[in-house]
Amino acid sequence: MASVSSLPRETPAVPPPAGRGVRPARLRSRRSREAIAGLLFAAPAIAVFAVFMFWPLVKVVWISLQKTSGFGIARWVGLRNYQDILADPIFWRALLNTTLYTALSVPLCLVAGLAAALLLNKRMPARGLLRAIYYMPAVISGVSSALIAVWMFNEDLGIVNRLLDLLGLDPVHWQSEGLPAMLSLVAVGLWIGLGFNMVVYLAALQGIPRQVYEAARCDGASRWQTLRSITIPSLAPTTFFLVVIGIINSFQVFDIVYVMTGGGPGNSTTMLVTYAYTTGFEQRQQGYASAIGVLLYLIVLVMTIVQWRVNRRRDTP
Amino acid sequence: MTVPGAGSPGSRTARLRFALAATGALAMLFPVYWMVVTALSSPAELRSAELRLWPSAINWANFTGPWSKFPYPTWFLNSVVIAVTAVVLTVVINLMAGYAFAKLRFPGRNVLFILILSTLMVPVQVVMVPQFHLVVDFGMLGSNWGVIVPRLAEAFGLFMARQFMMAIPDELVEAAQVDGAGQLRIFTRVVLPLCKPLIAVLVIFTFMWRWNEFAWPLIVLKEAESYTLQVGLLFLKNQYGHDYGALLAMSLVSMIPMLVVFALFQRHFVEGMARSGIK
Repeated sequence: MASVSSLPRETPAVPPPAGRGVRPARLRSRRSREAIAGLLFAAPAIAVFAVFMFWPLVKVVWISLQKTSGFGIARWVGLRNYQDILADPIFWRALLNTTLYTALSVPLCLVAGLAAALLLNKRMPARGLLRAIYYMPAVISGVSSALIAVWMFNEDLGIVNRLLDLLGLDPVHWQSEGLPAMLSLVAVGLWIGLGFNMVVYLAALQGIPRQVYEAARCDGASRWQTLRSITIPSLAPTTFFLVVIGIINSFQVFDIVYVMTGGGPGNSTTMLVTYAYTTGFEQRQQGYASAIGVLLYLIVLVMTIVQWRVNRRRDTP
Repeated sequence: MTVPGAGSPGSRTARLRFALAATGALAMLFPVYWMVVTALSSPAELRSAELRLWPSAINWANFTGPWSKFPYPTWFLNSVVIAVTAVVLTVVINLMAGYAFAKLRFPGRNVLFILILSTLMVPVQVVMVPQFHLVVDFGMLGSNWGVIVPRLAEAFGLFMARQFMMAIPDELVEAAQVDGAGQLRIFTRVVLPLCKPLIAVLVIFTFMWRWNEFAWPLIVLKEAESYTLQVGLLFLKNQYGHDYGALLAMSLVSMIPMLVVFALFQRHFVEGMARSGIK
């Protein structure tokens, strides 16, 4: 945190606040003044969070217990939506697809991000520019990234199949076959996510003390041994953080899927979030969509808790 | 920082390493390069069997055609208005809240902070139906405000603001109190001047999130005139079908503000991201 450490550390010696511990009455009034100020400063944030986050999180459960179509009258149906979802093959397909996408893209982003960080942690010409280039896709919108990809993965005219053709390989049905379509999404996810993983790993690499490496060199450790027994274990907390963030992000992948494949072909790239969107706002079954949302939330919540548990157990053997 | 024992600069390993890093960078750049090539090519050229790495003739019609046929300038303007308004409001809200959560003791502070933080992992799609109902109830459906207001609850920015302000020494705030300054004065005269790096990061990231946002505007905006660029691009994709030259030209124009911001403040992006990763 370079910018924080540059804050003035050595503040001039401050006399102890006059009222502290001497006159309790004044102290109390100062405390309550501080509390009022605190509430006032936080009030705008509390208000928007209360109205647009906390309340919707409660209300989504309520809506998920109703049957709504269009803007018509909502009918109370209890757990009916949940029963329907559990018997809905598209829901299970979406869950499977989301899991598959996550299982492919999170490790890929981690490995590629670590490799890029290890490379760009070394002194080399134009290092800053190279780092910026690796990070750049992260600032391009999901829609624009998806539009480039739709064209590059075009089955007849796209550059990917043309290059495969030049190499003497058969064209791949990126847009009309399920698995290739999923792989094209993973490729775009990697392009977007690599830079973030690299930047976080780069910051963590700065935190490994040089002396450790010097000691390893004195002991005659090879470069591979150093990487395996010093660098990667030292980066474990960072890796854990990136896995958690990666999973949460992959479970929310919407923009590139909606624009690139629209969930197709068939439902082979339908994700939980795209399915929730299409049921809620294209088919206008808002109760059903809310129930999917609640389940999605529970899944993300459980995964986060499990991950923290696992990590804590590993930290305290 | 070089790892000792990994070869000095100029050695063969160092050259190999640079070659690898540069190749990777070219691969990362390629999609954007290809987008530029496509946007400058004529439809006939895109369909030709011959693969060209640069168009034989520059075709600007991809840029001028859709710009005049569709309300593209309006979309651009909508995106600017939404992003700028959202940045101003969000950054002010987050700075104020960051100060309150970092430096002022008030009842319920920790519970509220944890509650706010826990919304970081809530996908938009979980709360989209109730949020949509709220937007309808407030009469903001189809308007810029409908896009802006529900997104003012930005937990990540609030978190960054609080973490940054925690590092400001308490003595500075207390000294100002002893001098008789009120909290508003302390906030504006003592705390904010120290927060310039934070403000830069908040402005840049909020701008990026709002400029690139797609799912929520797609839900709120119904009339073509009210679209943002991202929603407009989807509309173009559905309208244009397979005229990729025009489609990617318009996509490229929509990326320019973001790429300029990135080029200018690239260091802040990297620092902001790294900071979020450390904490």
